[in-house]
Amino acid sequence: MKYWSEEIETMSRSEIEALQLKRLKTTLARAAHSPFYRELFRKNSINPEDIRSTEDLTYLPFTRKNDLRLSYPRGFLAVKEDEVVRMHASSGTTGQSTVIYHTAHDLNEWTDLVTRSLVVAGAGEKDVFQNMMSYGLFTGGLGLHYGAERLGMMVIPIGGGNTHRQIEFFRDFKTSVIHITPSYALHVSDVIKDMGLGPVDFNLRLMIFGAEPYSEATRDKLEASFRVRAFNCYGLTEMNGPGVAFECRQSEGMHVWEDNYLVEIIDPATGQPAGPGEIGEVVFTTLNREAMPLIRYRTRDLAQLFPETECPCGRNFRRLSRILGRTDDMLIVRGVNVFPSQIEHVLMKLPEVGTNYQIILNRVDNLDRMTIRVEIYGKMFHGEARELRLLRKKIQHELKEQILLSTEIELMEPGALPPSQGKAKRVFDNREI
Amino acid sequence: MYVKQISVFLENKAGRLWELTEVLRDNGLNIRALSLADTTDFGILRMIVNDPEQAFQTLKETGFSSAETDVLVVEIPDRPGGLAEVLKIMTRDGINVEYMYAFVEKKKGNAAVVMRVEDLERTISVLTEGGVTILKAEEVYAM
Repeated sequence: MKYWSEEIETMSRSEIEALQLKRLKTTLARAAHSPFYRELFRKNSINPEDIRSTEDLTYLPFTRKNDLRLSYPRGFLAVKEDEVVRMHASSGTTGQSTVIYHTAHDLNEWTDLVTRSLVVAGAGEKDVFQNMMSYGLFTGGLGLHYGAERLGMMVIPIGGGNTHRQIEFFRDFKTSVIHITPSYALHVSDVIKDMGLGPVDFNLRLMIFGAEPYSEATRDKLEASFRVRAFNCYGLTEMNGPGVAFECRQSEGMHVWEDNYLVEIIDPATGQPAGPGEIGEVVFTTLNREAMPLIRYRTRDLAQLFPETECPCGRNFRRLSRILGRTDDMLIVRGVNVFPSQIEHVLMKLPEVGTNYQIILNRVDNLDRMTIRVEIYGKMFHGEARELRLLRKKIQHELKEQILLSTEIELMEPGALPPSQGKAKRVFDNREI
Repeated sequence: MYVKQISVFLENKAGRLWELTEVLRDNGLNIRALSLADTTDFGILRMIVNDPEQAFQTLKETGFSSAETDVLVVEIPDRPGGLAEVLKIMTRDGINVEYMYAFVEKKKGNAAVVMRVEDLERTISVLTEGGVTILKAEEVYAM
């Protein structure tokens, strides 16, 4: 199967843009039913009917995560409560959790986007799908679950954690497609090795990655270790969850499902549109959601949008680069902007290095000091201190090339750093300003 | 002739060395000689034990990164100039010592010097010709 929604997926640019404008108008009219947007439109004297092109959207203010928090629990709801059939909430790790509502229509459309994405990856009804993301309020579990069922795959709703059982299920149920976070995949790959098993013991062929940024080098490492093809899936709870953008791997980046989302890239500092192909903050407007339309929502994810629209896969949806970091993860070290993903990229290219690392920032005599804790790969230890000192120099040198900063490297024993079973905490910023 | 030395990578963490010695104790492993080389952030413990094969396996199973290295143990009379005589022979033939450490063996009261050199074969022939006693592995483990 090449397309799931062929009519939409093969639209020309002008057809996509016409559909976007039509849906944008509907979205704005719907949004006006929610307390938050009613007030926002009134305060800024906005009449949704004045929006005549998708470019006009830039006259509207942004919606931020904090707006969602302040409007907890129902300030963004644009339909009657009876019409809502499900809610999801994003983890409240950085404050009040934020709630997203769905009508039956919304869930149906979301599921279709997920199914569409799985078809892009090459999954089909004969596949066995093991969903290794947590279920519950987190969208990674249920989102992929229903999309995979709609495609006709057998779904194993195992959730995250319990690694030994995950691996037994790979073998016993001939799992062919898994949905997992990259950091958990690294851990699973270590456990498979410890159990004395390898790719030949399994039937795995596709891996869907989501929920956290990671580097291209990590993907190479994981594809080699599992002998699978890995695809990036992008999404965020505020935009339903997984299935906002998905990689076809016939050209760089992930196709944004522009029939459902209007995407912009802005300069996070000024809020102005970024230039073509420039890296900036990703901003989305929902185009096909009833219960909770969101307008110009600032994701805090950093990426670039590739200017060209044609793709050998036949789709003309614009492509978003991999997520390069978060506006709020960006570290400023001695005045240099550093993203943890750049450091990960360097480490994962080195075979002497294990799968876990930590970045620690301290301020000593008013100077920032960055220490990277790296686990050595046990088999690379031959008893020589010289070898380890050389490894440390090599890591320092490679990092300097990439991030232009000198770092301290602490070599750790394999397994010394806490393995991640979901989203990994890698950065410890102890600086006091 | 070759004696198996166990090297263990130890990260800079309080109590890690103690944990290691407990593992050895619980498995009835006895240390004959040891040396701890440390750098600012990690250490390498090198040791000669009574049963290197078992020590290597046990350490691996308990999560320590260890390696086995072949070393030479030479016997030197415990008096001033003893080590100098041995090193003189080695220097004359251009043999470099990467590292060494020593202990006093109990039976004869001689010094036993553990040496790591690049070319073991050549070192053995040079030392043997020079009249230096090289201890057999079994002798060392049983000391």
